[in-house]
Amino acid sequence: MQYLKKYPKLFQWLFLLIVFFALCFAIEVPETYKFIRGQAEFVKDPNQSVYFFLGKEVRYYAFDVFWRLPPLLGWLPIWINDSLFFLMNEWMPMEFWNEDTQEFKTRPLLLQISRNLTAFMTFLIELIREILLGGLETIVAFTSWDFIDAYPWLELPGLPWTIVAAGAAILSYKLSGKGLALFAGLTMIYISIFGQWKPSMQTLSFILVAAPLSFIFGLGLGIAAYKSKRVEKALYPILLVMQTMPQYAVLVPALVLFGVGDHAAVIITMVVAVPPMILLTILGLRAIPPEVIEAGRMSGCTNWQLMLKVLIPTARRDILIGVNQVIMVCFSMAVISAFIGAKGLGFNLLLALNQLNIGLALEAGLCISLIAILLDKMSLAWANKQTDYFGNLTFYQRNKNTIFFAASVLIGIVLAYIGTFIFKGSFNYLFEVPHNKGISTADFWNKGVDWIFDTFFIYIKAFNTWLIVDVLQPMRALYLRMPAVATLVLAVGAGYLIGGIRSALVVAALTLFIALSPWWDRALVTLYMATFGVVVSCLIGFTVGTLCFQNKKSAAFMLGVCDIFQTFPSFVYLIPVMMLFGITDTSVLIAVIVYATIPATRYTIEGLRSVPVGLHEAATMSGVNKFQRLTKIEFPLAFPHMMLGLNQTIVFALFMVIIGAFIGTEDLGQYILKALSDKNGAGIGLTLGICVAFIGLIFDNLIRTWVGKRKKHLGID
Amino acid sequence: MSETVIKCESVYKIFGQNAKKMLEEANGNVDAKTFQEKGCIVGVNNASFEVAKGEMLVVMGLSGSGKSTLLRCISRLTDATGGKIFIEGQDLLELNNKELIELRRSKMGMVFQSFALLPHKTVVENIAFPLQIKGTNTVDSINRAMEMVKLVGLDGRENYFPRELSGGQQQRVGIARSLAVEPDIWFLDEPFSALDPLIRKEMQDEFLRLQEKLQKTIMFITHDFDEALKLADRIAIMKDGIIEQLDTPANIVLNPATEYVRKFTEEVPREKVLIIEDVMDASSKDNLGDLKVSKDEIIENVAEKILTQEKLVGVVDSNNNIVGSIKPSKIIDTVFGGRKNGS
Repeated sequence: MQYLKKYPKLFQWLFLLIVFFALCFAIEVPETYKFIRGQAEFVKDPNQSVYFFLGKEVRYYAFDVFWRLPPLLGWLPIWINDSLFFLMNEWMPMEFWNEDTQEFKTRPLLLQISRNLTAFMTFLIELIREILLGGLETIVAFTSWDFIDAYPWLELPGLPWTIVAAGAAILSYKLSGKGLALFAGLTMIYISIFGQWKPSMQTLSFILVAAPLSFIFGLGLGIAAYKSKRVEKALYPILLVMQTMPQYAVLVPALVLFGVGDHAAVIITMVVAVPPMILLTILGLRAIPPEVIEAGRMSGCTNWQLMLKVLIPTARRDILIGVNQVIMVCFSMAVISAFIGAKGLGFNLLLALNQLNIGLALEAGLCISLIAILLDKMSLAWANKQTDYFGNLTFYQRNKNTIFFAASVLIGIVLAYIGTFIFKGSFNYLFEVPHNKGISTADFWNKGVDWIFDTFFIYIKAFNTWLIVDVLQPMRALYLRMPAVATLVLAVGAGYLIGGIRSALVVAALTLFIALSPWWDRALVTLYMATFGVVVSCLIGFTVGTLCFQNKKSAAFMLGVCDIFQTFPSFVYLIPVMMLFGITDTSVLIAVIVYATIPATRYTIEGLRSVPVGLHEAATMSGVNKFQRLTKIEFPLAFPHMMLGLNQTIVFALFMVIIGAFIGTEDLGQYILKALSDKNGAGIGLTLGICVAFIGLIFDNLIRTWVGKRKKHLGID
Repeated sequence: MSETVIKCESVYKIFGQNAKKMLEEANGNVDAKTFQEKGCIVGVNNASFEVAKGEMLVVMGLSGSGKSTLLRCISRLTDATGGKIFIEGQDLLELNNKELIELRRSKMGMVFQSFALLPHKTVVENIAFPLQIKGTNTVDSINRAMEMVKLVGLDGRENYFPRELSGGQQQRVGIARSLAVEPDIWFLDEPFSALDPLIRKEMQDEFLRLQEKLQKTIMFITHDFDEALKLADRIAIMKDGIIEQLDTPANIVLNPATEYVRKFTEEVPREKVLIIEDVMDASSKDNLGDLKVSKDEIIENVAEKILTQEKLVGVVDSNNNIVGSIKPSKIIDTVFGGRKNGS
């Protein structure tokens, strides 16, 4: 009784667990139950039950409701699909003027909007692409095919790679200095001599359209939400879901709405990249001290001036993190959108992975990562750039960079011209190194992989077998053994204990959605993989973070490493693990672990760092040793922030688990991937994506609520 | 008195929903407690006063007394709930957005407690900011800003960022920025509260020097009574949104209007605040001794001389005409008397 009074929470949790396990043991596994493998589900089977809702037929295997809830939401994907189809093809037909055929044509409104949007995006991408690589689409867009036939010299020739490399280096020098210039130059040279020029420029043109558009939309919507509570309230739920929505899942509806190609990829990248930009814009604007705003007002700013000259620059730090996120997402999507036909490095990467040509994949992946890091650093330097009013500069000093660029353009053209003589009859390497004609280390890597396989095969296989047979399979079986009702009780109970009725209701709604969808089993598999990844990631991340924190330099170094790793597009992580472990669940899990360890480490260091110096001194004066200080002072205070790290770790892990479907897993991701090639996949893909997002949101809600309470309790902001 | 620059007529500021309606219903009889029960917080309660051209009005009050709110009503950073505010005869609350911006660009400058500098701009860019907002071209605005940099003694640091400056230096930038457009009206919201005592004194002296030179119309907010006494032409003491007393420093020290005001004055070293004129007897000009003192002397400076006299001491004005007299014992009375509890 005494204990009960002293630790009421502890006993409540204990009680919850007892109920959970009691339910697990009380509810038997139905004899007919089996985990449904991929193909079997669309087979019509007399054992299936059927119901009709809104005119849609839903077929499913019925079990005891305590074991698995019936898929009462099974009609949703079909319904979404039909609605999309209706909107695109039948809704609001209107007369539109057709340029090509010079007559009016009847088309549904949405289709027309989609086509216009598509045309606009295509034009933008082609414009940049043709400046970099040459082509005639842009000229044609302004004139006609006949015109270009008459004046063939109007075709854009494209820039020799030497000029682009010099341009990138000069721009970097202007923005930041020698270091970045060197990095930019080397990156471009690497790309060129390794024969990745064309795909790299294709990817770059995609990014140069997608990133600025995402930035502008994100900033604009963020400002709108900052100014109007109503806009914020409308945006907030969408933002939340999008934060945890796997990127695969949004591809499928995009396919239906915008078709296949770079333009669809840009639009879908915006859908993914805009939400974090909005959130960070709001965050930054909210954090501005009110006196700074008043100072702006008293300086006589109009609303526009206040926004452009006071608010946005003052919120620069957070907005920059937003830009960083946008760039990260864009590169991530540059790979993933190769699934819907975006050209460039991503496509090559996927192709190489598909052919198990690890060496080629590695080279393409390295290119993407290098360009990502370069653009990230350049955008950062640009935002931090200062003007100098007092330098009495000569004409040469003021226009130094322009002169250098003009000179490099000239030299580049001359070199390319000379190249036509040197490489007569073959490829002009001074103009562009064609794809697969450059140096390639692919053979070396492939041989390396073969060597690793030959040499360590026994060990890798033994490890693999052990992990799968002794750890993963039992864990998966345990997760699948959970009756739906028990899971619900556990989730809702945890919600109630952490955040009261409100949290309990939110968690219940999210869990029920998944439970009533046709993919509960799949969700459990996703959950088990994510759990495994998160647990290991947290163990590694918290340990590494704590160790690095002991020394200022190593902490800073580790944060830098996290920064760089975070810039890599998520798909790149699959390359090395496939190198080592081939196509197995182990590969996916290791990729998950590597990827998710980043936030775990980062937040641990940041959390420990945020412990006030005064407390350190107080602790030292109380005579604690290093270990005591860590356990008694630093951990308890840093814990809330570390829990936010856990939250991020979960999101990252879920992302990677879903991406891992590319290697082949039996979770929700597998179905999302399958929906991509399904004509009627839009509804399924979207619903699956929402399921994954909801798994993330359940944990997000619980952790955030807990952290909020804990921080209040500890009196830290 | 010369012309009135700022004029407030029963200004109210009440925070909360339905504030306007409740104010109308209260019929000029606003009670903070009843309002609070209905979920409204009274920031400023029936403030009426005038500030003359070139005058420095210091508004003194503890935190939450509504002094900053009052200032923000007059600068229209928030809209007053009721009452009228006139700036040079213009009804402030009637101005539209464009006119308000024009007024701020030409007539008003404001200094903030937390400096409120723009973190992404250098010292000189911060100072030039109001000018650039106005549309002054870059060269002119930077030149003008450099003059201001010299005025506040920050030469050589014009390319520093705010984060690289000490608190005192940052506030110098804040002051320079508020003066860059040559405003007539200068609002200062606890400008020296965030500074160390020594720096604060230095800045106060610097501020007095500037004011002597510039002769602006000033509203100065502080929670420091000593600072108020040192700087003010007149002091308004606020409590719970109400102006308890508005008078010259000497009158506040000598005749506190309410118990609340008296508490502040108790600890004040009067000999440092009062001048001879405040304590002299203007009616008796006869039987004077040899010593004459000026009526504008601070008591502390002449007390020793006066106390050695046995006869009445004559008080003269700047033209050496006798305007009154003072008894040596009056000095002792003033310094030690009049304080209850004999502290």
